[in-house]
Amino acid sequence: MNNPNDIVAEALAAILGCADFNALEQAKARYLGKQGVLTELLKSLGKMPPEERKTAGARINEAKAALEAAIRQRREALQSAELERRLAQEALDVSLPGRGHARGARHPVTHTLARIEALFRSIGFAVADGPEIETDFYNFTALNIPENHPARAMHDTFYLHSGELLRTHTSPVQVHYLQGHQPPLRIIAPGRVYRCDSDVTHTPMFHQVEGLWVDENVSFADLKGVLADFMRSFFERDDLAVRFRPSFFPFTEPSAEMDIGCVICGGAGCRVCSGTGWLEVLGCGMVHPNVFRHVGIDPERYLGFAFGMGAERLAMLRYGVDDLRLFFQNDLRFLSQFR
Amino acid sequence: MQFSEAWLRALVNPPLNTTQLAHALTMAGLEVEGVADLTPGFSGVVVGEVLYCEKHPDADRLQICRVGVGETDSLPIVCGAPNVAVGMKVPCARVGAKLPGMEIRAAQVRGVESRGMLCSARELGLSQDGAGLYVLPADAPPGTDLCDLLALDDKVFTLKLTPNRADCFGMVGIAREVAAITGIPATLPKVAPVLQDTTDTWRVNVLESAACPLYCGRVIKGVNARAATPDWIATRLERAGLRPLGAIVDVTNYVLLEMGQPLHAFDLGKLSGALRVRWAAAGESLELLNGEKVVLAADMLVIADDAGPQALAGIMGGAPSAVGEATQDVFLEAAFFAPEAVAGRARRFGLSTDSSQRFERGVDYAATRVALERASALLVQICGGRPGPVVEAKGSLPERKPITLRLDRLARMLGFSMGTDEAALYLERLGARVAPAGDALLVTPPSFRFDLAIEEDLVEELARLRGYDAIPAQVPRAAVAMLPVSETLASEADLAERLVHRDYQEVVTYSFVDPAWEATLNEGGAPLALQNPIASHLAVMRTTLWGGLIDTLKYNLDHQQSRVRIFELGRVFHGVRAQEQPRRLAGLVYGPAQEEQWGSPTRAADFFDLKSDVQALAAGLEFERASHPALHPGLSVAVSRAGRQVGWLGALHPRLLSRFDLTLAPWLFELALDALTAQELPRYQALSRFPSLRRDLALVVAEDIPAASVLDVLRSAAVPYVRSVELFDLYRGKGVEPGKKSLAFRVVMQDTERTLTEAEVEGAVTRMVEAAQSRLQAQLRS
Repeated sequence: MNNPNDIVAEALAAILGCADFNALEQAKARYLGKQGVLTELLKSLGKMPPEERKTAGARINEAKAALEAAIRQRREALQSAELERRLAQEALDVSLPGRGHARGARHPVTHTLARIEALFRSIGFAVADGPEIETDFYNFTALNIPENHPARAMHDTFYLHSGELLRTHTSPVQVHYLQGHQPPLRIIAPGRVYRCDSDVTHTPMFHQVEGLWVDENVSFADLKGVLADFMRSFFERDDLAVRFRPSFFPFTEPSAEMDIGCVICGGAGCRVCSGTGWLEVLGCGMVHPNVFRHVGIDPERYLGFAFGMGAERLAMLRYGVDDLRLFFQNDLRFLSQFR
Repeated sequence: MQFSEAWLRALVNPPLNTTQLAHALTMAGLEVEGVADLTPGFSGVVVGEVLYCEKHPDADRLQICRVGVGETDSLPIVCGAPNVAVGMKVPCARVGAKLPGMEIRAAQVRGVESRGMLCSARELGLSQDGAGLYVLPADAPPGTDLCDLLALDDKVFTLKLTPNRADCFGMVGIAREVAAITGIPATLPKVAPVLQDTTDTWRVNVLESAACPLYCGRVIKGVNARAATPDWIATRLERAGLRPLGAIVDVTNYVLLEMGQPLHAFDLGKLSGALRVRWAAAGESLELLNGEKVVLAADMLVIADDAGPQALAGIMGGAPSAVGEATQDVFLEAAFFAPEAVAGRARRFGLSTDSSQRFERGVDYAATRVALERASALLVQICGGRPGPVVEAKGSLPERKPITLRLDRLARMLGFSMGTDEAALYLERLGARVAPAGDALLVTPPSFRFDLAIEEDLVEELARLRGYDAIPAQVPRAAVAMLPVSETLASEADLAERLVHRDYQEVVTYSFVDPAWEATLNEGGAPLALQNPIASHLAVMRTTLWGGLIDTLKYNLDHQQSRVRIFELGRVFHGVRAQEQPRRLAGLVYGPAQEEQWGSPTRAADFFDLKSDVQALAAGLEFERASHPALHPGLSVAVSRAGRQVGWLGALHPRLLSRFDLTLAPWLFELALDALTAQELPRYQALSRFPSLRRDLALVVAEDIPAASVLDVLRSAAVPYVRSVELFDLYRGKGVEPGKKSLAFRVVMQDTERTLTEAEVEGAVTRMVEAAQSRLQAQLRS
């Protein structure tokens, strides 16, 4: 078998038949190695007549190049098969859950407070704070609620033996803040408040957010604008209906209750809105001049509006929670829904 | 305040349907909480008079009747009711009438023609009484529609009145308000003085005229206390939520509802000596009309006779002088008690009466005597009797002072303007007297409006009558200034988020806790106790957040949770001053460190998990073993920052486990919030271009030497190019003699100017090892 063509045909078949690198190396040695078939053929060139030697040499070299290329190809094919095999072997069940710990969550009420804070901060309201054990002066008197005022009966106050009380609303923060700051100012004051009342729709502790804006020309029209904007932003509904009704709070005059169109039924009437299509969500009004006088601010020069809302009420409406008491039971099955 | 719509419409009848009327009231500040429809489920039922009765020839229980319905021809009706009798007036459903669930047709009943049906109250859906025909009053005119006769085409309004609107605690007041809102005039009852029919009188001494500036009363002799209350009064009372209690009381209640003026009737036969309006002597007692015996305080106003207090002024009458069926002569009282003299007293007895509600808020003193005349007239009309002259004691009544209303101030407050003419029109509709005063108006409020005292009050009235809806909503203009966003103070929300990211759930627990728990958990000192706790287990103010967290743990263990990781942010209370109510951040961990999962072994959370969580809150926290009464002494540390002790971390003390009914001890921490917020602004330091070198060294030290001490010694002996010394391994066992432990440290060295030489590196390590050897008797482990 001295014809390189025959050798090539046989070698190509052998190379293609190699199943692994070892076999391929052996094939290579057999044909191209020191004692390989082609190498031997090349060595035999010297015995040829010079006129044949050239063409025979060229043919052998061609055959050698063809085999080398075939070996290279085969090697690449084996390498890529090997890689495929390894990749397939290393593949994981990626559907297994990730490792490590989960994330907890904030309480839905504090989360709601944080959202309210963020919305008001975005229009320049600072956040103020005050004590939860208060004196009669800050909780009532300074807010124009003198002793024996019928409005006190609505407050169901917790008293300490020392005579102090647990604040019944966040409005005392208004007084503290006005004592320490000069207008113009705008603040909100979120926090815990307490009323001596406990049933299906009342818990003895809940959260309010108080708001106050004082400047030389702040009007009821501004109050309406800010609060309508707030409710629409809070519920992320530009078409949310709002209305203001006259009401009474000793520390504001004029006073109003703010209603929003029922976010549960869309105003058609349901159990949550008692069939009225409206939800009472907030009390507000223009700061009573007596409140300004108690803190030494001239009510002729400055006007202000104030408002107060219940955080639980807003959280219930926002997340469809139908029982206030859930917020204070702290059942992890409930709380973990707010992740 | 609850009332019949028909009653209101008898006084003022604007062209609004019920829904519109309710809306108008609500939007004017008299919130209509509910409207209950009384309209019955029948129609075509009239008053029938049974003219004739005859037994049905073919049925024992049926009667063939002729029933007159106010027309020439009577109707033949077959009736099976046991009580049917000639002459009685009964509801008659004519052919075509609709009853709940049926329609009446002409029919043959066992061969006899029947053109209608006589009805029981149950068949009409009026009550459960189905025993017999519903017997109507003997004077009911045949043919009258039953709805009209019983005034059933009515609705009951419930108002949620705000404390300022005392004037709307009476129908007259509500009618005036509706007139003001709608502009439709009200027709109020005309009251003329009754004719005096006896000269009998009773002496009244008002000793406290400031508390009782007006007292009117009169004797009425010879009343028939058993007289029946007319239906129209009974119906209006019932629809206002008051039970008829006998004619005399019904009349006083009716006038109370109509005019908002509380009245009281004494049984004259039970009084002895002149009535005196005076403060109670402390300790005096009185049995009230509701049967409760109360002990009076010196700031309670009473109406007393020689025998002692007979009524708690403005709150409730007394039982001893109460009118009853045997009463013959009465003394009828209508007074004005000053709000300050009544306010708060009823509440001390747990009472809120129709009378106290009104007097606390202010009753129209200008109508007090009118109300007395109104009640006298009704009483005489119903019960008969001879009225005596009115006794009146008058002191100085409140004055309505004129208020200056500047319309430019109104515009500034409301954001819209109103002219003087429009303002005057609205104010006059409210019953105020209005006089021009330059650009302003001088407004004198009416006697019945106790809530109108200053300019702002009038601004509200005008806004209300124009309608709050008419005020534009505008986006306010204000100087824009950025709010500070500090980088060196973490917010509470930041700290909370750090725990949330470490798998903690925030909880909110009550600030008042169980006194026994509190005593177990606090560091000492008596907690602040509530005078009026809502429950005995919520009676003291917490001084630590742990109680609420343990309570939450227990609740969740009881509800099939086995892994609890919670935290709370809130105040604790050491005293009443603001600085004694600091905010804290506390956490509790119970159960496995991680939720059971396929990829890592389950293990219980331990001290070092918690330490790492706490360290994630703020840099520079230091931990030192210390004991706390509620914590395991070997597993608790005091946490401090910048030299100040700021809290605790540890396991609940094992002896408290049974106290809290727990089997495993939860891990707890609590930290002062203000101590965690400060954080340093990052300060860039140049990166070195030269390589860093790491040397590990293992030191064997006695078991009782804390790792932190070894670290401190190594760090203090470190030369400047030692960048860090960190502990990375702890080993006990083979190769380390008992009672000792091996600590492995990673020392990283790098200079910013040049590559360190081998000699420098070795020198630095030697220095540290020698320090550890000499100060801690540490040995280098080979």
